[in-house]
Amino acid sequence: MKAVVVENLKYRYPSTERLALDSVNFEVEQGEFIGIIGKNLAGKSTLCEALVGLVPHFYKGAYGGRVVVDGVEVLSSTVSELARHIGIVFQNPFTQITADKLTVYEEVAFGLENFGFDRSEMVDRIDYVLKLLGLYEYKDRNPFELSGGQMQRLAIASIIAMRPSIIVLDEPTSQLDPLGSEEVFRAVQSLSKEGITIIMVEQKMEKIAQYADKIMLMHEGRVIDFGAPEKVFSRPDLETYGVEPPVFTSVAKRLGINDNGTGLYPVTLEQMRRLMISEPHRS
Amino acid sequence: MNLIEVNSVSFAYTEGVPVLKDVTFSLNEGSVAIIGQNGSGKTTLVKLLKALLKPNTGDIFIKGVNTKETTAAKLAKTVGLVFQNPNDQIFKNKVLDEVMFGPLNIGQSVEEARENAIRALETVSLADKKEENPYDLSLSERKLVSIASILSMNTDIVIFDEPTIAQDWWGKTKIKNIVRDLVDCGKLIITITHDMDFVGECFQRVIVLSRGELLLDGPTREVFSKEDVLRTAYLEPPYVTQLCRAIGYEGVFLSAEEFVKYYESSLPNS
Repeated sequence: MKAVVVENLKYRYPSTERLALDSVNFEVEQGEFIGIIGKNLAGKSTLCEALVGLVPHFYKGAYGGRVVVDGVEVLSSTVSELARHIGIVFQNPFTQITADKLTVYEEVAFGLENFGFDRSEMVDRIDYVLKLLGLYEYKDRNPFELSGGQMQRLAIASIIAMRPSIIVLDEPTSQLDPLGSEEVFRAVQSLSKEGITIIMVEQKMEKIAQYADKIMLMHEGRVIDFGAPEKVFSRPDLETYGVEPPVFTSVAKRLGINDNGTGLYPVTLEQMRRLMISEPHRS
Repeated sequence: MNLIEVNSVSFAYTEGVPVLKDVTFSLNEGSVAIIGQNGSGKTTLVKLLKALLKPNTGDIFIKGVNTKETTAAKLAKTVGLVFQNPNDQIFKNKVLDEVMFGPLNIGQSVEEARENAIRALETVSLADKKEENPYDLSLSERKLVSIASILSMNTDIVIFDEPTIAQDWWGKTKIKNIVRDLVDCGKLIITITHDMDFVGECFQRVIVLSRGELLLDGPTREVFSKEDVLRTAYLEPPYVTQLCRAIGYEGVFLSAEEFVKYYESSLPNS
């Protein structure tokens, strides 16, 4: 069974004329790590909302096509039913944190309580995610006394604790320091290796190129490309879609350094290093 | 007289939990990036510079005025602060009104405020949205509105708190150009950011905070040469600096442009 199937999805927000999503088709295998890139208003966040059912169950508007996540039809399900299969981490943690819980620990427990997990299971999961995301030392602190980055990690921890089959993350590291971002990417990658499907919108091209199995390039509500990071970031027309490739790819393109066999440009530091210290590599 | 002097400043929101500890530096014109891990005290520091908070011990002087003896409102003509989250800053229901609010508040006439607001909106490429409600705009556009709201006041000191968050390539390029233009105009630009490539490309000086203390303060190239010290503060140098290190280059390169030029000039047939 595919983790995600999207067929000819079209969506327009109420009181707008332009399609936010236009004829979107793609499939994701279980355990894949998908990175979604594109300039602002490309449809990335709307696609995330469509995967978790906020579109069309919360945001109304014109909707057509079909979305199936973890075998469940989004249109004929509800957001709360879907939450058992797919979780979302929003860009702004203020959107996510309940503001009803007095401690970080209780905040992570909230979703688990709602799902009715046993106490011992809850304790194990909460301890695991708080340590995974470097928040254990803050477990007794009020969520609103955390820094912006710590709050974002709390939002991520709350979703990871529920272990949905699919996790959607909308620019989850935008407020994190460099090594904090790296920790989140590693944590998410380890979940992917455990079989959890990851769909992440990101503007940090170097990181998403390094960690994602596939990259989806979106523009004006459409999927322009969907494939290996090296393939998508090697596109000569990438910048016309308002996307700058990873700095390694950008430097490699300008210096004509690519893989002689495939003609594709490097997207990670390690790929670039290998090509630069080996000869011949200049096209 | 320095534009900003920070002398042995310490601050705590809760007694016994210091956020800043004995921080000292001075600033004049140019561009300065303040970097550090989440929770290192960066945002608290800029709130102190804007007199939104007052030091527990030590003093901060803005153009010779002690922030303990003034208010954020009185400093508004000198220090502009663009908040990290534009939703914390925007409250009018029309973009133009929002951008005119600051200039009107510091005593400009309606005509003058309107002229400055439109110029600021042109700078951030949002002049065509001046009649719209800011909350009908995308988050990245709202961030640019909040930047325009500060630019319109033409302050000597402009502080940005994480300006590149939620910005795509177009937005980042726009913000880089704004920073460079403001520096060319002789202003002091202070930015808090986690975007090290942005720092490498646009900032002349870097201050590193770690757990409330000043860890490093110096020219950008010098600070990014200290990779081991940066790691202790949960930071890493720009990607192009990391690349040069990985392929065994001795120098510290701060931008792709700089590295490409050097590499091409070092080729045997160049």
